[in-house]
Amino acid sequence: MTDKKDFVDIRHAQKSYGNLEVLKDISLTVERGQIVAIIGPSGSGKSTLLRAINDLDPLTKGEIWLDGVQVNKKLPHRQYEKHINEMRQQIGMVFQHFNLFPHMTARDNVSMAPKMLKGLSKEAADKLAEEQLDKVGMLERIDYYPSQLSGGQKQRVAIARALAMHPKLMLFDEATSALDPELVDEVNQVMKKLAEEDMTMIIVTHEMDFAASVCDRVLFMDQGVVVEEGPPEVLFKNPSKARTREFLGKHLGATK
Amino acid sequence: MGLDFSIIPKHLDIILLGCAWTIGITVVAAIISFFGGIVFAVIALYAPWIIRQPFRLVAWVFMGTPLLLQLFLIYFGLVQIGIDLPAFVAGVIGLGLHFAVYNSELIQTAILSVDKGQMEAARTVGLSRGQALRKVVIPQAVRAVIPPIGNNMIALLKDSALVSVIGVSELTLSAQRVIGKTYRPFEFYILAAAFYYVINLCMEWVQRKIERRISHSR
Repeated sequence: MTDKKDFVDIRHAQKSYGNLEVLKDISLTVERGQIVAIIGPSGSGKSTLLRAINDLDPLTKGEIWLDGVQVNKKLPHRQYEKHINEMRQQIGMVFQHFNLFPHMTARDNVSMAPKMLKGLSKEAADKLAEEQLDKVGMLERIDYYPSQLSGGQKQRVAIARALAMHPKLMLFDEATSALDPELVDEVNQVMKKLAEEDMTMIIVTHEMDFAASVCDRVLFMDQGVVVEEGPPEVLFKNPSKARTREFLGKHLGATK
Repeated sequence: MGLDFSIIPKHLDIILLGCAWTIGITVVAAIISFFGGIVFAVIALYAPWIIRQPFRLVAWVFMGTPLLLQLFLIYFGLVQIGIDLPAFVAGVIGLGLHFAVYNSELIQTAILSVDKGQMEAARTVGLSRGQALRKVVIPQAVRAVIPPIGNNMIALLKDSALVSVIGVSELTLSAQRVIGKTYRPFEFYILAAAFYYVINLCMEWVQRKIERRISHSR
């Protein structure tokens, strides 16, 4: 356990693909219970940074810490696998394309990992699935397969699946970008509810309105660096960097 | 000597017994080929080099040589090194492994074409790679190739006739034996063909059932 200031602590994160440097020495801390939005043009490295936090895209250099434990610890392969699997149980992730398991019902999508990894009995896992699906308003569809659900419903099930492991941190990778406009709100509502419950969240998003209304801090990334960060009311209204202004000008203009 | 199908009932018991053997061989070999196909696919894709390379050689032998030769090898050849298998067991193993290699090719392709987001999602909830393969990737891959695996199983049924050469009294050999006694090849070969056709229909029916059951979950 560390003090709450550096609950999530990213130290000198750097990542390259060959000669292409996609993350250039990024350092960043997130407090427990804080909600941070990362915005920026495509190719800015925001998704890569998010995916580095649970080591889906391993960093070339730098360290990721969560609650006093280094996520990307240097360990021999086998020990590292065990370590990272344990760390990932504490880090929920929601993807742009949901990535629900199509051969499982909503119930099984949610209860499979707790059953396998935490040794829950079938009854306990069922109860957990019901609770989590109720939380995202999907209890009525508990025995539906993903192919029978709308995009918004799929994403809510995916959030329930992540929450079922009782994560300390939730990562959202453009969770609403693949949704039809009229389905965005139901997912945003669920994320708002999580925010009210003091879940620590890092959200990569294109939705400036949502970022402004929910997040404590907004980071603007471009070309692998954090150009500017601050509370949403400051960053959106009075950005200090020209690049931020340019991006926001285009983006806010486009969505309005 | 014209055709005379009235001779059939007298020898039907032998034919039916042969039919039962054919069904038994096909079912057991199909099960071996299905699960063997999954295991082979995982070995071919994920096993360390030292296991994968010899395995590829064995797979090549099963794909590149006649099934008949493989059956001879398993039944007559293995005796020389002290492995004396009953004909039924040798036949089922030969057929099962032969088609396991074909199923494995299908399943490998299907595993590779499962969306990589599936593996990622499974890993992010904390599953190991092995657990993710077993619970998430392989079940989806197998569902995707049920129709072509079904075709392989029908080929397996037809090739089960080859097991007659190592002395298993399945449908074809039973028909031959009856013909040896009655000198009525046309009637009894037609009868055997009809039985193959019926078994074939049953297999297609089972396949359709399975496909319908998994239609939601794809």
